[in-house]
Amino acid sequence: MEKQLFTVSIYTENNIGLLNRISAIFQRRHINIESLNTSASEIEGVSRFTIVVSVPEEQIKKIIGQIDKQIEVIKAYYHRDEDTIYQESCLFKIKSDLLFEERQIQNIIKESNARIVTVNKEFFVIEKSGKREEIELLYRELSVFGIMQFTRSGRISVTKDEMKISKMLEAFNQ
Amino acid sequence: MDANTMKETQAIQVNKKSTKTTHRITGSEAIIRCLIAEGVDILYGYPGGAIMPVYDELYKYQDKIHHVLTRHEQCAAHAAQGYARISGRVGVAMATSGPGATNLITGIADAQIDSTPMVCITGQVFSHLLGSDAFQETDIIGISTPVTKWNHQITKASEIPSVIAKAFYIAKSGRPGPVLIDITKDAQVEEFDFEYEKCTAVRSYNPVPTTNPETVAKAADLINSAKNPMIVWGQGVILAEAENELKAVIEKSGVPAAWTILGASAIPTSHPLNIGMVGMHGNYAPNKLTNECDVLIAIGMRFDDRVTGKLDTYAKQAKIIHFEIDPAEVDKNVKSDIAVLGDAKESLRQLLPLLEEKSYPQWLQKFKDLYAIEFEKVIKNDLYPTKEGLTMGEVLKEINIQTKAEAAIVSDVGQHQMIACRYAEFNTTKSNITSGGLGTMGFALPAAIGAKMAAPDREVVAIIGDGGYQMTIQELGTIFQQRVPVKIVVLNNEFLGMVRQWQQLFFDKRYASTEMTNPDFVAIAKGYFIEAKKVTKRDELKEAVAEMIACDGPYFLEVCVEKEDNVFPMIPAGASVSDVRLS
Ligand SMILES: Cc1ncc(C[n+]2csc(CCOP(=O)(O)OP(=O)(O)O)c2C)c(N)n1
Ligand SMILES: [Mg+2]
Repeated sequence: MEKQLFTVSIYTENNIGLLNRISAIFQRRHINIESLNTSASEIEGVSRFTIVVSVPEEQIKKIIGQIDKQIEVIKAYYHRDEDTIYQESCLFKIKSDLLFEERQIQNIIKESNARIVTVNKEFFVIEKSGKREEIELLYRELSVFGIMQFTRSGRISVTKDEMKISKMLEAFNQ
Repeated sequence: MDANTMKETQAIQVNKKSTKTTHRITGSEAIIRCLIAEGVDILYGYPGGAIMPVYDELYKYQDKIHHVLTRHEQCAAHAAQGYARISGRVGVAMATSGPGATNLITGIADAQIDSTPMVCITGQVFSHLLGSDAFQETDIIGISTPVTKWNHQITKASEIPSVIAKAFYIAKSGRPGPVLIDITKDAQVEEFDFEYEKCTAVRSYNPVPTTNPETVAKAADLINSAKNPMIVWGQGVILAEAENELKAVIEKSGVPAAWTILGASAIPTSHPLNIGMVGMHGNYAPNKLTNECDVLIAIGMRFDDRVTGKLDTYAKQAKIIHFEIDPAEVDKNVKSDIAVLGDAKESLRQLLPLLEEKSYPQWLQKFKDLYAIEFEKVIKNDLYPTKEGLTMGEVLKEINIQTKAEAAIVSDVGQHQMIACRYAEFNTTKSNITSGGLGTMGFALPAAIGAKMAAPDREVVAIIGDGGYQMTIQELGTIFQQRVPVKIVVLNNEFLGMVRQWQQLFFDKRYASTEMTNPDFVAIAKGYFIEAKKVTKRDELKEAVAEMIACDGPYFLEVCVEKEDNVFPMIPAGASVSDVRLS
């Protein structure tokens, strides 16, 4: 079966060891995690992992099963890109001189819907949120001028369909 | 006295001074009271710096809870496993931090892969030292994470009751498994108001999926319409205590039923529809006919590779029904046509009334015909040998006869294990205790200790190879000190026999590091004041086994068997079940 990009969403209890437990499931099968993000979720006290991997669908099903059975995992899902709204964000640190010397930079920033976060004498910082390809395009465009630092976040995503976590937790309370 | 111990002693003294009211107790006392509240009567372990306050409480509570000092922490874990496997209760093992904790890991990994309910408690360095490479600090949470069902580190005494309650609940419920609780020394000495409440639910954990009656009905239809159906059951039946339900299903449906190693003993060996063991060294008929049945009904088993052989050629012609408690096992190795999620007892209970009363005389005859071939080519030579050298099989046969198939057989790993599983006869469930998924040499002797202590009224016979015996032989010390009346049978072929067999078959007889020069095992047993005998000839066997069974205390019997016998049938690694070899 062919590899596909999947976004894995995992709702969990807020637990220190869980990241280890979850990443070990990927590591055992030699699966490279493309990106990983953990944060609070819409439910108080419940965390959310967003993990992007490229694997065959048959394999992601088995992995979801193994993640789901971890005690502190409330529920795990996998989705295709078309089932989610997703974003990444990135920061570029660039020499301030270029902002004034290279007119083109200002156009690039405007056209790419990037945002200048801060400017000082030595450098300025641009933030851009969007799809991976948009960020990569911006990177290519800016790299000709020289980038002092670059970093990109993991993917974050929400699903088009409901995930019913609150309902599951309510059912438990009854 | 090292710095660590000094600090510990100070902490304990400070604590003693601060004892004010009676309901305030230390973390260590709380640990013991939690264990007692969970019904723990025996635990296995080994003391050391980071767990000393708990041992001090064990000393005070020794009339209520019996701590067994094993000679190695690995064996504390295996003993707890043996205890759990024979009784269905949660086994408990305890160790100090660092090397004590890491020594438990093999037993924990074994319990994880064989779904054995176990709670391990480890001491840990003071919480303010965590992460500083303190004396005997290891990240046991990190190390044990991939081999535990759940683990947790406690740094505050007040967490102890709820976490231990949760540990027992998780270990035992659903698909059982090992839980490790790591407790820092400050949490052990701290005082708090103790109160215990059993855990009955964890919101992020659904131990038993609800059986769906519609899926059961579909399964029943498929079974009722089958021409050549076959059941393969596993340990799930034993863990769910669904033996009676399985028996009723087998008898009503008339479906021939085979078992995996860990499923052995759930249905008596002598049952007419019991068609034997599947897997690498299983019986000829059920392996071969796996690839001829039209419906394969898997109950509480996980299609391990030692059972299925090559997956691409496993039961491809059959419709597969999978009764399973763990959703992660469904379609993991073998794609099922109908998956009945739920507890085996409940699912089989729902299935029974929907089944038609049937029998499959022609289909069953096929099993009998293939058995006859296996008997002629293999079993006859194993059980009724005419050559001079003793076989492992005839030893098992003698034990069957003299224990009237009522013994619990605890086997180690290797040829003798396969022979024990193939030939041991069982009338009672939970009687085949062996390391299945992990294949841990050294398992049997300590597991037999745990089994005998959990079921003192049962005859417990350990069947061990000369190799595996020497991996945990020091437990003779535990047997002696605790006077555990286990019967130990070492089948001595002076080889790491199973590896030698592979070398003979697949490596042109290059016996790399498999020959063993063994010590005087009888003298060693006698050194521990255990009655012991060695048998080298056939005509001594019967009497020696009789003497062993008659002995009230522990007994060691060494049987010198043929050095280069092989175990057959055999499905070579990576071959198809239908390519099972008889020689
Ligand atoms: C801890 C461990 N190390 C290595 C092995 C690999 N292994 C499997 S069977 C076996 C030989 C066992 O020899 P022995 O205990 O004498 O039993 P026999 O096969 O001769 O009956 C070995 C080395 C194992 N299963 N477990
Ligand atoms: Mg041997």
